[in-house]
Parts: sequence; structure tokens; C-alpha cells
Amino acid sequence: MSAQAVSPAPAPSTKEQAPRSSLAMFTTKWAGQIGITFAFLLLWVIFLALAPDTFGGDRIYKSFGQTVPQFGIIAMMLTMVIVSGDIDLSFPSVMGLGMVGFVWVWDATDVVLLGVIAAIGVGAAAGLFNGLVITVVGLPSLVVTIGTQFLFRGMTLVLVGGSSFALAATRGDPARELLVGKPFDIPMEFVWFLGITVLAWVLLNRHRLGGNTYVIGDNAQTARLMGVPIRRTRIMLFVLTGMAAALAGMMLSLQVVNFYPNVGTGLLLPALAAVFVGGTSVFGGRGSIYGTFIGALMIGAIPAGIVASGLTDFWTQAIYGAIILIAISIHAVLQRRFQR
Amino acid sequence: MTERRAANGDAPAGEGSGPRQPGTRQLEMKGVYKSFGGVRVLQNVDFHLEPGEVVGLLGDNGAGKSTLIKIITGYHQPDEGQLLFNGVEVTDLSVPRARALGVETVYQERALAEQQPLWRNIFVGRYISNRLGLMDVGEMRRITERLMTEEMGFTSAVLTPDTTVTGLSGGERQGLAIVRALHFEAQMIILDEPTMGLSLKETEKLLKFVDGIRARGKSAIFIDHNFFHVYSVADRIVVLDRGKVAADFPKSRYTLNELMDIMREIASTGLFEADRSLAGPGDADANAMHGVQS
Repeated sequence: MSAQAVSPAPAPSTKEQAPRSSLAMFTTKWAGQIGITFAFLLLWVIFLALAPDTFGGDRIYKSFGQTVPQFGIIAMMLTMVIVSGDIDLSFPSVMGLGMVGFVWVWDATDVVLLGVIAAIGVGAAAGLFNGLVITVVGLPSLVVTIGTQFLFRGMTLVLVGGSSFALAATRGDPARELLVGKPFDIPMEFVWFLGITVLAWVLLNRHRLGGNTYVIGDNAQTARLMGVPIRRTRIMLFVLTGMAAALAGMMLSLQVVNFYPNVGTGLLLPALAAVFVGGTSVFGGRGSIYGTFIGALMIGAIPAGIVASGLTDFWTQAIYGAIILIAISIHAVLQRRFQR
Repeated sequence: MTERRAANGDAPAGEGSGPRQPGTRQLEMKGVYKSFGGVRVLQNVDFHLEPGEVVGLLGDNGAGKSTLIKIITGYHQPDEGQLLFNGVEVTDLSVPRARALGVETVYQERALAEQQPLWRNIFVGRYISNRLGLMDVGEMRRITERLMTEEMGFTSAVLTPDTTVTGLSGGERQGLAIVRALHFEAQMIILDEPTMGLSLKETEKLLKFVDGIRARGKSAIFIDHNFFHVYSVADRIVVLDRGKVAADFPKSRYTLNELMDIMREIASTGLFEADRSLAGPGDADANAMHGVQS
């Protein structure tokens, strides 16, 4: 951006540079998104070339439609938490704790919908607890949510006595169909994932909550001086993440028609990876919902892609790691090149 | 005004922006004390601001200037003492409340979120939004664009409302912070070290800007290390020293050279003898000048 150095540009040269700079401005603004989109397409083409039978058919995409939302839904709200400069590592345990609310209320009332509402409520309460400890006691979210990750999982195990819980009786219930049904052969999980992606985008970019989120993550001092409701905003983001985790926990449990109290373990890193592969800054103040969406698709496709390409499953982790590192390196380079 | 209303829905209607009683002071502080962890930063400070007045606040590092203004802006709460806005005592001042009362600040640290676009920096803390909290980003961009061309004088084609603050020079950043203050119908604007890091030309522009604040009938508190700058724009000068008001006089009373002597005297003794021969005899206005014993 050498054009920026001559800020009071004389009139004739301004005219000349106008079209070029509007293209440059477009590239600057969307550099991260363009980069991640290309990376995604490249990965897809590679998988398509290595495993045309698998990636040329529609079965694998229906499978992705069920697996990607398991962590993708949480990754959306997690993106906002990270933009605000916080982090939430407790959500895998909230997935389990929310399900305790589900089975208790469903067991007592025999109404699946009430169970769903209870689970979301428990998720919100867990998020509220995280947010209150972090903002009122004033502890770093990293440490607090490591603590609550253990606490919530421990509570889940104690409350159900460590045993699993059959959910077969929910089959055919409209509330279940709403969460994990397959109208027109499309997994409802993916419909929810799309809806929550749109919701997260609106919240982050078109809602006061998101406007405050960006400023808090960018410069907390500025936020305080400008009268931004910092505590309320941060708590709200943890509540949203808790609700998303409870929803994802329900989907995962209803898919397998069984509630295992360790539901959600193993989804911590995929969700975080989706956020960071998508270009959201670990330092806060900058993030992209679109990026997280694409990041979730990439992270979700890698394990299947690797196996379908003829490599053993043992390769998965290594290639995972390599792709994550490459993606965040691309973001860092684009950031340096375009945003100064 | 609409955007102010939108953001300050909880503010009592008409307060601060309503018609002012003639003769009431814009701001008055009486006997304000403030300590941080046992260190007394402000001690029995009296301070006031008349409508349409520019007060220069002078003092060394650690004299308490920043703390004083952070109390006025609601960022810190005083340990003791009274704050009156337009003659009405305010006991629960917070940042949003101070803003509702028409206090705007251009901070030393500029209070800008660097990675955010200009429009978000202009509207931070009071986005134009509807009852559901959904923002009218288009409107905020348009207002920012207008402020950029009309008020800040940004002519460069590469600067748009979506440009991030990282792309601005020091003077442009200061301009952004000042325009933000003026846009929201501030009744009093506090400028905390506004000339810091500015080029000579940018400083000149800034001082002209302060004259403009007075011309609009608004008042300002101008804080600076450099008393040449303060002297050139202020109507009245208040000197803080080690947390106390060491002097308070109309600028017209002294020449710049005399002011330098006064500053030197305060720096060495911590007080300024009000009965010096320089003072006009018979001037009994206690607020115009008083020395505080240490």
C-alpha cells in the first residue's frame, strides 16, 4: 500500500489511482476470506483427485452434514469469544452437562421438547457461570475454563453415576426430527449449522453486541474509556457459547441415540482449529465468521479425505497439524502484506 | 442528536443538553480527594468551568491532571467531594452518564481501537441501532464519510470509512478523536495532551480547532505539558501541583514570561503567592485566583 504514504494526494493523481485502489481496498478487506476460500477449494480438488469415488458422490457430503455441525456450531460462538480476547475451553464438558438437563427433564415429563429447552438452559447457565467467574472474580478465561472443563465433566459423571442413557424412545418425536431429522435427505444438523452461522455473522457484524466485542478484543482500555459495557458483553458471549455447546451435545447424542456422559470429548481441538484456520486472531479484535465456516468444513473433511485417499488413519493427526499450520501462516502473511 | 438519543436511552431527558440556566457553571468540583492504594493523587481540589470557556490545565507529570479529568469523565470516582454539572450535583457518575451530560474526551492515549474501521471508532459505545440492537452500519458509514471530508479534511482516496486506524498518521488519529467528540454534541470537551506526537502543522491545526470549540459556545479543558500551547488557546489557567490546585487565574492577567516565572515558582515551592505585585489590586474574585497552602 504505497499509495497510503502520500495521503493528501493531488487531484489528478487521485483520479488515476481510484480504480486501482478500490480493487486494492477490496483485496485488503477480504484478503483473509479470499485466502481461506482458495485453500478450501485446493484441499477439495486434492481430495477429489485422490479419491474420486468418495468425493465425487453425495454420501460423504451427507455424512459431513452430520459431523461438521458437532463442532462447527460451537465454533461460531467461540469465534466471537476469541474476537473479544477471551477463550472458552469448557464447551466439550458443557455438551455433557446440557444432556444431563435433557435426560432429567425428558425422563420426568416424557416431553422431548422440554428436554431440549432444559439442555439449552443448562448450557446458558454453564456459560453464565464461566462469564461471572471470569469478569467478577477477574480471572483469565483460559484458566477459568480449564477449571470448569473439569468441573462440568465431573458434575456430569457424578449426576448420572457415570452410566450412559438410552435415547431410543425419542425416535419419531417432532423435537428430535427438528434437531437431527433428514427432511428431503438433508441433515437438519447442517440446516442448524447454516442458520447459526448466519446468526453469528449478524451478531458479530450487524449487532451492537458484535460492535462492542470487536472493540473489547482490540483495546480493552479504549472500550472502558468509551463506556462500552465490557462485563455484560463478555458474559453474553460465554452464555451464547454454552447454549451452542448444549445444542451440539444434544445433536451428537440424538444421532447415536444414546447419551454417553463423555460426549464431546475430542471436539475441543477441531472447534478451536476451525476458528483459527478461519483467520480469527488469537489476540482478539479481528475475526471472521465466514472464515470459521470454511475452516469447519476443512477440519471436518480432513479425516475422511485422508482415509479415502488411501492413507491409514494414523496419518490424520499429522496432516491435520500441517494443514492448520499452513492455514494460519497464510493468514499471518496476508495480514502483514495487506493491512499496514 | 438522533444517534445520541439512540445510545443514551437511559439518560434523563433533556439533561446536559437542555437549556442552561444563565449564571450556572458548566462544571464545578468542590473539595475533591482521590487516592490510589494509599497514594494521595488529588487533595481538596476545587475546579470549575464556565460555559464557552477554555481552561488550560497545567502541571508536571504526576500532578494529578489525568486523574482529575478521569473523575470528570466518570472513569474514576472521587473518594470525597462534590461534582456539579450545570449546578446539579451528580453522585453516581459513570462513563455513559458523563457522556449523557455532554462530556467528551480526547485522550492522551487517543482511545482508538486500532484494528477497527473508522466508522466503528467514531461510534464506539453508541452505535446507531434499533430496539433489537441491530446496527445501521450504512448510516454510520455515511456519517463517517461526511465527517472525514467536512470536518477532518481527509482527502486521500485510500481513506474510507472502512479503513482501519492502523493506516492513519498521528495527526489523522487526533483529528478522528476530536471529530468524534464534536459530532456527539459535546457541551465540554476535554483534551488530554492533544499535541503529543503531532507535527508543527498538525499542532497549529489542532489549536485552531480548540478556538472553534469556543466559537461554538462549548467549553473545553486543555491539558498539556507545553504551556506555550496552553497559553495560546486558554481563557483561564489552572495549575496543579502534587495533587493540589496551586494557581487559578485568567490568562489575560499575565504575559507569557510572567507565566513562566509563576510555573517556575510553583515547581520549586508548590504554591503561588496570590498577593504578588502582578495581581491587580482589589480583585476579590476568589475563583479567579487563589493560592493553596501546602
